[in-house]
Amino acid sequence: MNRQRVAGATAAPRFEAEALAIAAIGPIDFTLAAGDCLGLAAPSGAGKTRLLRAMADLDAHAGSCRLDGHPAEVFSAPDWRRRVMFLPAESAWWFDTPRPHIRPDRLAARLAALDLDTRLLDQPIERISSGQRQRLALIRLLSYNPDVLLLDEPTANLDGPNIERVEALIDEYRQQNDACCIWVGHDRGQLERVATQHLVLDAAGKPTDTPCS
Amino acid sequence: MQLISLSFFDLGLAAIAVLALAGTAFAMRLGVTRTLLIAALRTTAQLALVGLVLEAVFAQRQLIWIALMAFVMLLLAGREAAARQKRPFAGGYGFAAGTASMFLSSFVTAVATLLIVIRVEPWYTPQYAIPLLGMLLGNTMTGIALAMDRLTQEVWRGATVIETRLALGATAAEAIADMRRDAMRAGMIPMLNAMAAAGIISLPGMMTGQILAGSPPWEAVKYQILIMFLIATGTGFGTLLAVSLGARRLFDDRHRLRLDRLRPV
Repeated sequence: MNRQRVAGATAAPRFEAEALAIAAIGPIDFTLAAGDCLGLAAPSGAGKTRLLRAMADLDAHAGSCRLDGHPAEVFSAPDWRRRVMFLPAESAWWFDTPRPHIRPDRLAARLAALDLDTRLLDQPIERISSGQRQRLALIRLLSYNPDVLLLDEPTANLDGPNIERVEALIDEYRQQNDACCIWVGHDRGQLERVATQHLVLDAAGKPTDTPCS
Repeated sequence: MQLISLSFFDLGLAAIAVLALAGTAFAMRLGVTRTLLIAALRTTAQLALVGLVLEAVFAQRQLIWIALMAFVMLLLAGREAAARQKRPFAGGYGFAAGTASMFLSSFVTAVATLLIVIRVEPWYTPQYAIPLLGMLLGNTMTGIALAMDRLTQEVWRGATVIETRLALGATAAEAIADMRRDAMRAGMIPMLNAMAAAGIISLPGMMTGQILAGSPPWEAVKYQILIMFLIATGTGFGTLLAVSLGARRLFDDRHRLRLDRLRPV
């Protein structure tokens, strides 16, 4: 098995996965320190999303994840997910407008950082474009102050300048909150920019040694 | 006023009217002639059968036979409620949850009414127990069938909403609360409509029957009000219980949505 080595091995582990597997995908292992970001790349259909869902304990899985040394089982499932939070590629909305979905904490600053007008908060969800919704979903996620961000292609619907803004906001959040991040993406160049360590899966969902640069 | 007994000749006259309708429907090519005739025959056969059973049970007046008949009615109602589901639970859970809810709500309501309100001696006197339970079960079955169908369909369609809420740290109960509430309300609507329409738009069947059988209207009205309240209570609590059991089944102990517990369509 390929074990990804921690970059700064001296730092205390913040988020770890050990033999994490779901169906035929994995097993994978990694150890992230505070502020680390793991770039997870794989061909389409290899099961990246299912691995993120397993980390958030949204699906039954084998292996275990630990946060600050505590395994997921010692947390209640909702408590674990408030700390280890999954951002799906397509987020759902259930109120009529974005505002009641998002906690007010630092809202204005983050909207500005992603070039979003505050008036969007009170518009009907259907009238908001997919790119704006994707950025709002990220702001909703950050408003819960999670310790680990599980990001499933967080810039898939965005244009160049907005991709940079999202990368900058996530980077700033990681540094300020000692948070970790798992970033699933297709764009190898982006993963090189944002990630501090890398994990590549082959089409069958097994880790490979293929360098991603 | 005396009860006027109907002869088979009287029923035959009514049957001729149905045949006239069947003939008209056939002439107009409505395509329901066969169904209409089969339905008329089914009504006759089923009611004749239940009449024979009731005659026997009423003659015996023994708790064991009345309990057996009640149990058979309960199982049939449970099966009927489960059969009306578009996306039923896999492995008979829907039948079990529906039947258990009907048992708790209908039986408790019926027995409590016989013991506390009507105070008939003995309390299981079949002339009171069987019709009372029948009306309760029939209405509770409709409520539970509608509510469970609504719940499973809404959850199926709204799975991404539930999972997004779970991902943001909601408990299973919080994530499904809206859909659970909608399903409970859907199950109660027929009962609410029946209560609102009673006497103005429709004369309830039991009251009509009592008046035809010679009861003073005022006595029939009092019984009908009692039945309405019992149906409201039985249907309401039965629906709440069935939806709660169903909503719980859709998640596991780690608050994961388990759509695999619904039968694939």
